[in-house]
Amino acid sequence: MAEELDIARLRHVRRPHFGRIAAIVAILFVAFLLVRAFAHGKIDWATTWEFLFWPTILWGLFNTVWMSFVCMAVGIAIGLACAVAHASTNPVLKGAAIFYAWFFRGAPVILQLLIWFNLALVFPTLGIPGLFEFKTVVVITPAVATILSLGLNEGAYVSEIIRSGMLGVDRGQYEAAKAMGMTNGTALRRIILPQAMRIVVPPLGNEFIGLVKMTALASIIGFGDVVRSAQDIYYSNAKVIELLMVPTFWFLVVVTVLTLGQRVLERRFGRGFGTGGAR
Amino acid sequence: MTRTDGTSSVTPVVSAVKVGKKFGGHQALADVTMDVMPGEVVCIIGPSGSGKTTFLRCINQLESFDSGGLWLDGELLGYRRVGEALHPLSDKEIARQRRKTGMVFQRFNLFPHMTALENVTEAPVQVLRRRRDEVHDAAMLLLDRVGLAHKAGAYPSELSGGQQQRIAIARALAMQPKLMLFDEPTSALDPELVGEVLAVMRDLAASGMTMIVVTHELGFAREVGDRVVFMDQGRVVETGTATELMNDPKEARTRNFLKTAFTRG
Repeated sequence: MAEELDIARLRHVRRPHFGRIAAIVAILFVAFLLVRAFAHGKIDWATTWEFLFWPTILWGLFNTVWMSFVCMAVGIAIGLACAVAHASTNPVLKGAAIFYAWFFRGAPVILQLLIWFNLALVFPTLGIPGLFEFKTVVVITPAVATILSLGLNEGAYVSEIIRSGMLGVDRGQYEAAKAMGMTNGTALRRIILPQAMRIVVPPLGNEFIGLVKMTALASIIGFGDVVRSAQDIYYSNAKVIELLMVPTFWFLVVVTVLTLGQRVLERRFGRGFGTGGAR
Repeated sequence: MTRTDGTSSVTPVVSAVKVGKKFGGHQALADVTMDVMPGEVVCIIGPSGSGKTTFLRCINQLESFDSGGLWLDGELLGYRRVGEALHPLSDKEIARQRRKTGMVFQRFNLFPHMTALENVTEAPVQVLRRRRDEVHDAAMLLLDRVGLAHKAGAYPSELSGGQQQRIAIARALAMQPKLMLFDEPTSALDPELVGEVLAVMRDLAASGMTMIVVTHELGFAREVGDRVVFMDQGRVVETGTATELMNDPKEARTRNFLKTAFTRG
């Protein structure tokens, strides 16, 4: 009895976190080994530093960034159209959307890049005969082939992401929107998609980050991205690893900026859901 | 008005003639016929699965039906008559017809990404294309009418169930509907929050709004309902004034339902 009366007097000790302490020690140890390895390894950091802001590198970085944004814009436009078509009651639209996702998710991106770039082998000219015609080799530059292959491929993935977001919105929301006289288009634009965005933003950010790195593949068809720029330099000075560290650094910078942008969007579309955001 | 029964010169707000609907093999609605006159409050009661919610949803075309016809304010709903055939209307025309009815759902269905005020102004701005600043004052009056003007800036997730349902009523009223439909508006509420929602509905009824209320609140039906309809297995079993139907039901099925409903509640 005496102990029960005493209990209010006693101090509550916090649970010790031995696991966390062990993890910190392990991480510091591995980090130490890595840093030591690179410091003593045969890598000339001064060269990396020298080329970090080299004009050719910055030009390649610029190409990587704008190409990522253009491909993502194409991907979102196609993805949105396909997701809405997939949700449609029209079986033809639905079938077309399913076929699209099947085809462009099915073929490897590197093949799609090569096929678009070599389109001239199949169709020497493009256009409507009699109206206008272009030589395919002139129209399909490395940049155009990259936009087509990465953009169309991205559309297939984005359509599934947007569709999952739309499925995540409660059916009652469609009914409430319709009950007040909204057309399907208005209901989608004002009620369904803004709520779907909350679900869509994290996987879409993931997809965008994947795409930024996928643009490096375009160097094989001659698109002058940041990897290509670094390669061009080490072909002449033979500082291979030093130059590969340069695009690695820049990719990490771009991905960090995009990650921060994703956080901002998550807060914006999380409003009203109690997941942070404006009150 | 395409229908004349010769009994009244006033156009009913709702006129249902032999409305029928099948879900697979199950007869969800069978020959439901009723008129609702302007200013009337009709309460539909009945066991679950009796078709009362389905009928309500047919009136604003969230649900389709296979036979019979429904008129709202003299206008045939969902179809255009061409000779001896009924041709379905386009989505746009159906959307236009829905503007005349306001619907209040069991689960509120407020738009969670909008504040209370935005929920109320959304349809007038987006559907009626009215200017936001012009709609704002009317929306604030409606929020005041349901006692929630001070919650205009709150998101639905920050409101209690009773408050959400009152906002949902204000949202439906913002379209200035000719008819308000209530689908078990208090069934998802904690018992202590039911009263505030019923009070708003009582005021609305007193203001002369035409209302169809699907409800389990027999006390409310008795007090506010001009007429009570008892439905079972997709059919209208019995219709009468609240007092008639509740105190002196003619049908055995109505008697049984009222007995279990009252002993349970």
